[in-house]
Amino acid sequence: MDKRVLLIEDEPNIIEAIRFILARDGWAVATHSDGETALTAIRASVPDVLVLDVMLPGRSGFDILADLRADPGLQALPVLMLTAKGQGGARGAAEQAGADRFLTKPFANAEVLATVRELAGL
Amino acid sequence: MVPFNLLVASCLLYVILLFLVAFWAERQAQRGRVKWLRSPLVYTLSLSIYCTAWTFYGAVGYAARSGLEFVTIYLGPTLVLIGWWWVLRKLVRIGRTQRVTSIADLISSRFGKSNLLGVIVTLICVVAATPYIALQLQSVTLSFNVFAGPVPEGWAMRDSNSTAFWVAAGLTLFTILFGTRNLDANERHNGVVTAIALEAVVKLVALLAVGVFTVWIVASGPADILSRIEASEISDWQMQPGRWAGLTFLAGAAILTLPRMFQVMVVENADERHMATASWAFPLYLFAMSLFVVPIAVVGLAVLPEGSNPDLFVLTLPLAFDQGGLAMLAFLGGFSSATSMVIVEAIALATMVSNHIVMPLWLRFRTGGARGAGDVRGLVLNARRLSIAGVLALGYGYFALSGGSSALAAIGLISFVGVAQILPAMLGGLFWRGATRVGAAAGLLTGFAIWLYVLFLPSFGAGELFGAELMLQGPLGIGWLRPQALFGITGIDPLLHALFWSLSLNTALFCGVSLLTFPGPMERLQGVAFVNVFDHSGPTRGWSRGGAEAEDLLAMAQGILGADEAQGFFQAQAAAQGKAGFLPDTTPEFFAALERRLAGSVGAATAHAMIAQFAAGAAVSVQDLMAVANEAQQIMEYSSQLEAKSEELARTARALSEANEKLQALSVQKDAFLSQISHELRTPMTSIRAFSEILMEGGLEGPDQARYAEIIHDETIRLTRLLDDLLDLSVLENGRVQLNVQVANLHDLIDRALQAAGQTRVERRFVIHRDLPAEHMPIFTDTDRLVQVFINLISNARKYCDAARPELTIKVRRRGGQIEVDFIDNGSGIPAGSQSLVFEKFARLTDTTRAGGAGLGLAICREIMANLGGTITYVPGQGGAAFRVALPARRQREAA
Repeated sequence: MDKRVLLIEDEPNIIEAIRFILARDGWAVATHSDGETALTAIRASVPDVLVLDVMLPGRSGFDILADLRADPGLQALPVLMLTAKGQGGARGAAEQAGADRFLTKPFANAEVLATVRELAGL
Repeated sequence: MVPFNLLVASCLLYVILLFLVAFWAERQAQRGRVKWLRSPLVYTLSLSIYCTAWTFYGAVGYAARSGLEFVTIYLGPTLVLIGWWWVLRKLVRIGRTQRVTSIADLISSRFGKSNLLGVIVTLICVVAATPYIALQLQSVTLSFNVFAGPVPEGWAMRDSNSTAFWVAAGLTLFTILFGTRNLDANERHNGVVTAIALEAVVKLVALLAVGVFTVWIVASGPADILSRIEASEISDWQMQPGRWAGLTFLAGAAILTLPRMFQVMVVENADERHMATASWAFPLYLFAMSLFVVPIAVVGLAVLPEGSNPDLFVLTLPLAFDQGGLAMLAFLGGFSSATSMVIVEAIALATMVSNHIVMPLWLRFRTGGARGAGDVRGLVLNARRLSIAGVLALGYGYFALSGGSSALAAIGLISFVGVAQILPAMLGGLFWRGATRVGAAAGLLTGFAIWLYVLFLPSFGAGELFGAELMLQGPLGIGWLRPQALFGITGIDPLLHALFWSLSLNTALFCGVSLLTFPGPMERLQGVAFVNVFDHSGPTRGWSRGGAEAEDLLAMAQGILGADEAQGFFQAQAAAQGKAGFLPDTTPEFFAALERRLAGSVGAATAHAMIAQFAAGAAVSVQDLMAVANEAQQIMEYSSQLEAKSEELARTARALSEANEKLQALSVQKDAFLSQISHELRTPMTSIRAFSEILMEGGLEGPDQARYAEIIHDETIRLTRLLDDLLDLSVLENGRVQLNVQVANLHDLIDRALQAAGQTRVERRFVIHRDLPAEHMPIFTDTDRLVQVFINLISNARKYCDAARPELTIKVRRRGGQIEVDFIDNGSGIPAGSQSLVFEKFARLTDTTRAGGAGLGLAICREIMANLGGTITYVPGQGGAAFRVALPARRQREAA
């Protein structure tokens, strides 16, 4: 198993936690923490799964996702969205924007791992 | 006989007294006690600088030579003041509404803010005033020599030169000290005016004392004097109607156009109603000044030895009767007359030179013009100081060169004719809307040239500048160009000849050229504003709504008016529009108001040029011209009522829409508030949960385990801080906070804050500018809370200032009972749109959680300041982010 995941998130401690959880499971984890340049980073290293935070500096996760879905090359990329705003509206917005899965912070580590694996079709 | 040294000593003492009076008046004014400094009495007395040494000493000499003719010099001004309702009132009203700084500024402003006219009038005034100033220096020198005794040896001349030099130097110092304290010529020179009022009293008392002495001590009462007059040759004097009328007219013109008279009468006028008092009080003063002139002249001629200089009778008569004290008083009277004239004249001329010559040159040659010019007050004030020194140097130079020639005696009248050239343009500008800029320039230049040719240059004496041949035959033998017989008309008195030709050709060209040329739009607007000043004193429009940012304008205005003044003005303007803060909308009305405010400092032409660099569409709009063309009074009145109403409505609407905008923004924020809190709580919670799960699973190596535990620890601290902030804010907002009020030194508080805030982003090297001496002041407040505010501002600067070499300036100042502390960094500041939001909760301008805080810092600061009875505001236009903390030095106990 040599699957790659790209994590777009700006909180250093959360990056560290997710990287640890996934790397322990054998994933190759790349990270990026700026919203504005996120799309370029995704195109540069098309991963197997994308983990995308909603509140990012520069550009919101929803906008990035909308651009992804409009790009024929990236349309099918499985996306897991993370949000800290635990309001009902966020889930709907994420699904509408085309997220495959949606998790609210704080999350259970096992849940993140299971969702990423599921998205990768494992 | 008075010992010469005693004379010098009393002279110095007198000057020191003047300094003290001027200093005291400035202090009183600073404390706002201007009531009697600005009374009709002081105003009237200040007008008396009309009576210079030339009238103090010279009137007696004049009477001894030409009988009652000296009365004309007093009659002209008397008529002008009695008829103040027609001309002076209008002049003063215009001076106030247009914030006129000098007579050159008046002419320039009236004719479309033309700087060319400003320069012409300035030149005329400087040329005409130079010999007049020299005359004052000569009178002081002559009177000194009277006391120095009969020493006609070779060194006497050099000595009198050095007397004049020291007098000129002393006057320069005094004028610079009290005449250039502030830039706004409309902010009055309280010190100077008060000192001059005192001098007016001294010279009146001195002359009256000499008069009383002459009539009742030397002669034996009024009856004796009358019989002596009867017997003297003065009674043989025949009135020449032409000369009498001409001189009266000339003196009347002079009081309107002499730069120093314009300065005290119009520029320094504090209240129009003072004119009503001056209209009878000033003629009374003149009457008192002239009451004893003839008796002194008659007695002097009879008593003093043949060949005594009648110009000095006022001094020599008491001396001849060994009345040293009285002679000393007379000397101080003459000294007062000379010094007060020179001081005010120098201030008036320096204002003109700096506003119409130095500033325009600076604006032209400075790349970038008025934009981002920084503080130009120093430049203007220095230009004024140099001009004062220059004007006095010219006067002294003229005195030294002309060697105190006897021709100086006539110089007063020659100066009068010179400045009278401004009269046609002035009166035409006040009463005739058809007068144009080109017409005014043509008239002024013609009159000035004729005056130079037929009166000024010949006054140096035959054979000096003009050879005797030229005077007799005309230039190149052209007979009709003879300086004292233009167009072949001979046999007129040279002064009347010059007055007649210069003024009539001046007026003819002014009217003729005005009729032939068309005024530009700005001239039309200003024409209406001047001619119809009493009909509608509303502001003239000159600007359409421009693309200028109020913030840029504020930065420029600060450079001219000073930071406090400019901020105060902008705040008041914004308040008048119904807006809070420092930045009003850049409406045409605001542009016009700002221009007038600046004109008070640098003159109309320069202010106009500066605003033009900011306002788009500097041209006058069709609407404005229509308003000018619309003459029907009824429509005007009706529309002005409507305008007032619609303005009121617009103001209310603006206030409402601003309130509405703010409410909407607040409501969006309220909605965002919960989700913000949720976000701020969930983020650290996520790390804590994730790492504690990892730790629970075990199997980690030692260092990893320790690090993850540390992350959990840090994130719990972050959570606690957030909760603390929220609780703090809620306590502060509800006003339930317990204040621990104590006294402390502000300096120590800033020290504490700087040290504590140094923990934020330690890696950034910050340059801190402080004014340590200013910081030492006691403050009586909750010091811990105040320090909390300071820490917040300093660490914000450390976090957000984006300059490559970050700097933070801390300014402290005390105004009234208020203490203000400014924190100004050199970053890119806060965009105008966000300035009103930064103090709201969670209003972080960037999304970076990295900055550490939850966006509550400034909201807490605002609440703390409200609890301390003060304010915290964002100050735009300081070249970076700037926050002002203001609070009372002693916290007021609010009524429970």
